Amino acid sequence: MNSLVQRFDTNNALSEIKRTSAIIEEDGDNVSDLMWGSYGGFGNLATGIPKFNIPAVPDPSAFLRLHTDDHTDPSCRIKIQHGTTTLAFRFKGGVIVAVDSRATAGSYIASGTVKKVIEINPYLLGTMAGGAADCQYWETYLGIQCRLHELRNKERISVAAASKYLSNLVYSYKGMGLSMGTMICGWDKTGPQVYYVDSDGTRLKGDLFSVGSGSTFAYGVLDQGHHWDLSDEDAQELGRRSIYAAGHRDAFSGNTINLYHVKEDGWKFIGNYDVSKMHYEGPGDIPGAPGHGYGYSIRTAGKSSADPPTS
Amino acid sequence: MSIMEYNGGSVVAMVGKGCVAIASDLRLGNQALGISSNFQKIFPITDHIYLGLPGLATDVTTLKEQFRYRVNMYTIKEEREIEPEAFAHLVSSTLYERRFGPFFIEPVMAGLTKKPSGEYKPFIAASDLIGCLNFAKDFVVAGTASSKLFGVAEGLWEPGLEPEDLFETISQTLLNAVDRDAYSGWGAVVHVM
Repeated sequence: MNSLVQRFDTNNALSEIKRTSAIIEEDGDNVSDLMWGSYGGFGNLATGIPKFNIPAVPDPSAFLRLHTDDHTDPSCRIKIQHGTTTLAFRFKGGVIVAVDSRATAGSYIASGTVKKVIEINPYLLGTMAGGAADCQYWETYLGIQCRLHELRNKERISVAAASKYLSNLVYSYKGMGLSMGTMICGWDKTGPQVYYVDSDGTRLKGDLFSVGSGSTFAYGVLDQGHHWDLSDEDAQELGRRSIYAAGHRDAFSGNTINLYHVKEDGWKFIGNYDVSKMHYEGPGDIPGAPGHGYGYSIRTAGKSSADPPTS
Repeated sequence: MSIMEYNGGSVVAMVGKGCVAIASDLRLGNQALGISSNFQKIFPITDHIYLGLPGLATDVTTLKEQFRYRVNMYTIKEEREIEPEAFAHLVSSTLYERRFGPFFIEPVMAGLTKKPSGEYKPFIAASDLIGCLNFAKDFVVAGTASSKLFGVAEGLWEPGLEPEDLFETISQTLLNAVDRDAYSGWGAVVHVM
């Protein structure tokens, strides 16, 4: 009799717990609302993330650090792709995202056709620098969570919320060897947005970012050519020219350029451009392009008597 | 940080039918940063010998001058041009002199030896940085892309190549190997004798 009362009583402690756990279960895929960065800004990441096997040693993060390549130890077991150039910038016409396509393992060029822009959904792009697998996995996972947000709230996720989800997520793995330097780019209610998120837990809102070993070269071109009122064509040309500069000078960047433009109605893939072809011929007869190669010796050929035309 | 990879660069040499070829890239870098796309690593020693010096750029310049001096002294004393075999041993002993503080260079030589019958015999050789000579009958490689050069050369080279085919073989070998090496590239030069 007592147990029967207890079962249907809605006021005692036991049913309170039962009801709470039912709500948590209901919240779908074990994703708790606490993931969204509440609780004093720290979030509670105890639930709601996929579970991974962790090395059975007293200090897992120290063990992982020992075996993960964090710039200092070239003989480590888990190799990370260091060489890269990626950039994204905001202007009146939206967001330009441009990346190179080289993957290196030491001095060996493992691939020249890597897709370093991850298409999270039709309105969100993520860039890839650092660990290829880390970026690919977590940005795809972010895409799933963004879709769930859309279904739950009948509204597209903001770039700020999406990037914060990712930064809270990687922060919960801090010290475990995750390596990613990414830009989350998109267009939401507030307009074009770019957020820089990395595996240290840094999350920055800004107009212009470049990430990777070739970023200094890209910044050089980007900074001198960037202003808010750029036309779509000139902005695309600036993105292309900046990645070319990095691909040319930096040994760990290059091969080809992938160019994306995010507008109000979502992102659009503009094209794939060979860095060597950009050097000698340029992008061809398209608006914003110089009509000749980007290379210094090609640009300056015939400009002085000391430097006669090459052809 | 490896000193051998500080500036980057690669050289390959191949034997053909009555001919030899030597080729290199033109990159001079400061680790990942490309500095020059016109840094010569192959130097003519006599009318019948070319020497390739991949490795640390400062030692390329030093050794180039040192070999010029030593070959000139040899020519004056002997009153004749140095033969490729003799030059290879001159390279070897010059490097071994610095056994305990070596030049960071792995030289590659290509030359033609005149036989008593009047015809020319192809000659190639390579050495490690302290002078261990390797007289190969097919091809030799050195530099930051050496492992890639081995792979491509092993696949493309065949015995008895005529000069035109040898040119194509060595060019494709160098270009394809260098495209897989971050520290090599930025232009190339090919010599056929």
